[in-house]
Amino acid sequence: MSVAHVTLRGVTKVFSRPGKGGEVHALGPLDLDLRSGEFFAVVGPSGCGKSTLLELIAGLATASAGEVAFEGRPIAGEIPDGVGVVFQEDACFPWLTVVDNIAFSLRKARLAPGERESRVRDAVAMMGLGGFERSYPAQLSGGMRQRVCIARTLVMKPRLILLDEPFGALDQQTRLLMGEEVLRLWRQTGATVFLITHALDEATMLADRIAVMSARPGRILEIVETGWPRERDSRVVEDARFGALTARLWQVLRQESMKSIGRPGGVPEGGA
Amino acid sequence: MNRALVLRVLALAAAVAVLEALCRVGVIDRFTMQPPSRIAVDLWSILATGKFNAAILKTLTNAGIAFALAVSVGIAAGVAIHGLKALREGLDPLFATYYAIPVLAFYPLLIILFGLGDAPQILIGFMLGVVAVIVNTLNGLDRVPRVLLKAARIGRLTPVEVATQVTLPYAVPYVLTGVKFAVSYAFIGIIGSEFVMSRGGMGFEIAFAYNNLDNATMYPLIVLILAVTISANLMIARWEKALLARRGLA
Ligand SMILES: Nc1ncnc2c1ncn2[C@@H]1O[C@H](COP(=O)(O)OP(=O)(O)O)[C@@H](O)[C@H]1O
Ligand SMILES: [Mg+2]
Repeated sequence: MSVAHVTLRGVTKVFSRPGKGGEVHALGPLDLDLRSGEFFAVVGPSGCGKSTLLELIAGLATASAGEVAFEGRPIAGEIPDGVGVVFQEDACFPWLTVVDNIAFSLRKARLAPGERESRVRDAVAMMGLGGFERSYPAQLSGGMRQRVCIARTLVMKPRLILLDEPFGALDQQTRLLMGEEVLRLWRQTGATVFLITHALDEATMLADRIAVMSARPGRILEIVETGWPRERDSRVVEDARFGALTARLWQVLRQESMKSIGRPGGVPEGGA
Repeated sequence: MNRALVLRVLALAAAVAVLEALCRVGVIDRFTMQPPSRIAVDLWSILATGKFNAAILKTLTNAGIAFALAVSVGIAAGVAIHGLKALREGLDPLFATYYAIPVLAFYPLLIILFGLGDAPQILIGFMLGVVAVIVNTLNGLDRVPRVLLKAARIGRLTPVEVATQVTLPYAVPYVLTGVKFAVSYAFIGIIGSEFVMSRGGMGFEIAFAYNNLDNATMYPLIVLILAVTISANLMIARWEKALLARRGLA
């Protein structure tokens, strides 16, 4: 199998809450290897530490214990080069046009003349934003704003793309189409993709492997391999294995979700 | 033209017409106030003869300097204070009570320190305005969504780049609220101190005209000051509105 692109060993995250007292044990201890070039998805109950996990890999947060490494080098609160992030919330800069948003991080990159413009042009075309180059984010739908954020990440040509519930705010049809776009990007760029989602079918449809996380403190309960071919699209939902894979995710998750909403698994409401 | 604007213009025109009528009929005698039409004619002749050009220039220049200082120092201080949490906690209560201080009361002290020139007046205008700019800059910076700061970190921006490319651009519409205050305060500071003690300027000329019952000078100068401050304010308000509209907020 291919080499590990990201490795986490014994990673734990504890938030101290200054003023309020006490600590929140958000994550871990957790071991994980992301293979180079794979599409990896994470599902788990809300509040289980998925975003925290992403921030540790992105270098936006530091682990309380354990080690996170990207391409063999440890990440210690430093933002590594070659990592792109698409956040859960709308991260468009509202005072910039679509193209200026997309070119934002390229401002710092030292590129050959014309390279910047051509990368932005390509990203606009790839994300279907043609005709909206001079629009401001407020004039776009939520789905298009999220595409602007994806385009802003793409122009940097990251080797690792982290996506935190990027389609959370979108309707079902748009989600499916955006999912296909992300699949296409993944194939074209050859990047490793790490996708957090709360939609189990989305995880099954898109990923090579899916990690199911426990309720807080988040640990990995199981990793499900889908075994899809690299050339794939949303039509995998017609595959006989699709239902079985999604059912497996739900089976593992059901108990955990019960815990996170404060009910013991399996006991009916008001039971006996 | 939209209806609100038409109504506003009509209301203003009606108020001027009533004032004109009251003056003409004699309800308001001409030693108290001249009719608006007369004020307009006097203003025109003041501007045409250039009689008060030196005074007007002095006041506008000093107000401009006080304004520019309040805005630039206010924004820089706002960014610095925002970055230093401990300093912020210490200063917040002081900002909250700052406008309880009658800044003009320090004018004599400033004259002793700097002499009866432009400096004390500019300082008064600056001191009045700068805190409004700081407070509104802080307000804007406080509102920057965390996710934009994370995006800036992923883009590996330096702290200075974060301020100039992310947090300040985000805060501009809020900063402009402070800038509008700075315009008003600059004029209040300059003209107020010219009233109290000075060797020239529009405030000085207005006070001089008042003491000599010279309504043909006093009212036109007051109207001129109103015209300048209101147009400056409207211009900034328009800019503010355009920025907010671009963000879908107005
Ligand atoms: N900065 C923080 N300070 C304190 N607690 C935090 C912080 N960030 C996240 N948490 C807590 O850590 C837990 C995991 O959060 P998060 O990673 O956002 O979960 P998820 O993305 O899976 O919904 C939650 O209980 C959350 O309240
Ligand atoms: Mg989250």
